[in-house]
Amino acid sequence: MILVDLDALASCLASPSCLVTQTTSGLIIGMLLFLVAVGLTLIFGVLKVVNFSHGAFYMFGAYFAMTAYQLTGSFALAILSGAAGTAILGLIFERVFMSRVYGRDVLMQLLVCYAFVLIFDDVVRMIWGPEFKSMGMPAAFQVPPLFIAGGVVPPYYLLLIGVALAAAAVLGLGLARSRIGKVIRAAAHNPGMVSALGINTGLIYGGVFALGGMLAGLAGALAAPVRSLTPGMGFSVLIESFIVTVIGGMGSILGALIGALLIGLIRSFGSLGFPLFTEGLMYLFMVIVLVSRPTGLFGKEVA
Amino acid sequence: MTELQAGQSAQPLEVPRIDARPQRYRDLLIALVAFVLLALLPMLFGSKQLLDFVIRCAAYGLFATSLNLLVGYTGLISFGHGMFFGLGAYGFGLMMQKTGVPIPVAFVATLAMTLVVAVVIGAICVRLKEIYFAFVTLAFQMLIHSTILSWQSLTGGDQGLRGGIPRPPFLGIDLANHLHLYITSCALLVIGLFLMRQIAQSPFGYTLRMIRDNATRASFIGINVWRAKLVIFVLAALFAATGGMIMALFVSGAYPEFAYWTISGEGIFINMLGGVTTFLGPMVGTVLLLILNDTVTRLTEYHGIVLGVVILFFAIGLRKGLMDFVVEWFAQRRGEGRG
Repeated sequence: MILVDLDALASCLASPSCLVTQTTSGLIIGMLLFLVAVGLTLIFGVLKVVNFSHGAFYMFGAYFAMTAYQLTGSFALAILSGAAGTAILGLIFERVFMSRVYGRDVLMQLLVCYAFVLIFDDVVRMIWGPEFKSMGMPAAFQVPPLFIAGGVVPPYYLLLIGVALAAAAVLGLGLARSRIGKVIRAAAHNPGMVSALGINTGLIYGGVFALGGMLAGLAGALAAPVRSLTPGMGFSVLIESFIVTVIGGMGSILGALIGALLIGLIRSFGSLGFPLFTEGLMYLFMVIVLVSRPTGLFGKEVA
Repeated sequence: MTELQAGQSAQPLEVPRIDARPQRYRDLLIALVAFVLLALLPMLFGSKQLLDFVIRCAAYGLFATSLNLLVGYTGLISFGHGMFFGLGAYGFGLMMQKTGVPIPVAFVATLAMTLVVAVVIGAICVRLKEIYFAFVTLAFQMLIHSTILSWQSLTGGDQGLRGGIPRPPFLGIDLANHLHLYITSCALLVIGLFLMRQIAQSPFGYTLRMIRDNATRASFIGINVWRAKLVIFVLAALFAATGGMIMALFVSGAYPEFAYWTISGEGIFINMLGGVTTFLGPMVGTVLLLILNDTVTRLTEYHGIVLGVVILFFAIGLRKGLMDFVVEWFAQRRGEGRG
């Protein structure tokens, strides 16, 4: 059993083909994590709650996409239903349950989410069964991989990276420039004042939660062709995306992007150099960031 | 809020009695009576199932009560407290399997190991604000869980520590004997609860309550908040490890589930169920959760849904734990009687 294999890491860093392969695999891990983490960070920034059940939305996105793909055979519809389904789910979840625990103990918020982690996992087990499922690569992407500098890059990875980057750009620009973005930022800053100006903050909260859920669902739908689907699949993603938000700084979209990419690269290159300690590396990195900058790389000091 | 306004709206504080000795004698008496009652139980009901249930209550009860020292008394919401439960179980099991030292030596050595780990993890975690604290403790829990899974040569990976834990007799106590194990578990439970009660009622315990209510003010009057939090984090870890050791002795092994995050989630839930405002609330919660778990698993394979709905009932419906509810109800009745 090898714990540390620095030779493998060094020889990979020296060869362009291995470098390309590992970097792309790191990028897709990072991009999926970004989509989940950015929803988490958005919900935290505006609603001031940590959605501990966020992983469940990722899971539902994947299962929705798989079912839609099996029914219609259209990959675009699969992605769409994954995103739309989780958006609706997020809206209902926020309006019916989460809105009751705003401003209450963190303990209560965590408990409500914990309850839903248990419930959602069992619901998936009931509907789709407890065994591993796989959606399979859509026909349009069953083409020979591209070779970049000798490294293998499946075309689907490019789509995945492209969609995630597009989502990041739309989100970043939308929040910074559009009117709705401004209202959302204002509501994050001072909800009382915003509602005094005649804006329905409940609607904004519900909308932000739906948006966060939708991004996680989109990540799940995009991951469905390349990952296996199980009822507990959301939880490890939740932990990792939490690490991402802690590293990047809670509430910062740029932070989520940088954090997710760093974690993705650590995972893909770490699996070469430290095959048994890849997860440990991630936690180690988080600890180093937290000790040196407790609010994360891009986090602002919260008053 | 200015200092003056704060003074006006503040409720009068209940100051602990300066002479805490009578309180301590009372606690000691209660502990002794509880232990005698538990020890007499096997004579009245010979059912092995009941004794097993009590042993499990001892393991989870110590764990949950120690978590309440963090959650209820200090306001530190740890979502990774279960890692010390798992560490205790694995540390003790490995020590017994690999070295063959007498049981008390392994017990103390496991506590020492937990102490070191808890100091390191605690030193990193307790400086963080509440939600960060919750998730970083959770991350450490997952780190320990994944280490246990991947370090197969030592821990047996996902199969757990197998082959049984040797339990050589010591001073006439033979833990391979079910009755001896039962009595030992009860003794550990009662001693653990008594010690935690003393911590909670000590001046240090009141310092913790102050940190929970207003950490800024506590640090203004010269309390080293960071150190106080670290001390209680480590102490709570030791009691959680003791619970883990009881569990390892009971199942004669250790499994990765003992270190999985759901143990921490259950601990938080137990605290919620029983209530965090009374010392024995978590103990009540433990008994309730174990009964609930046992009945629900017998009735349906989807026990997550049932458990989730019960949690929602407490968190959104009742908004407090069962013991909180009972205590408030009594206080209200007494108030009415006087009026």
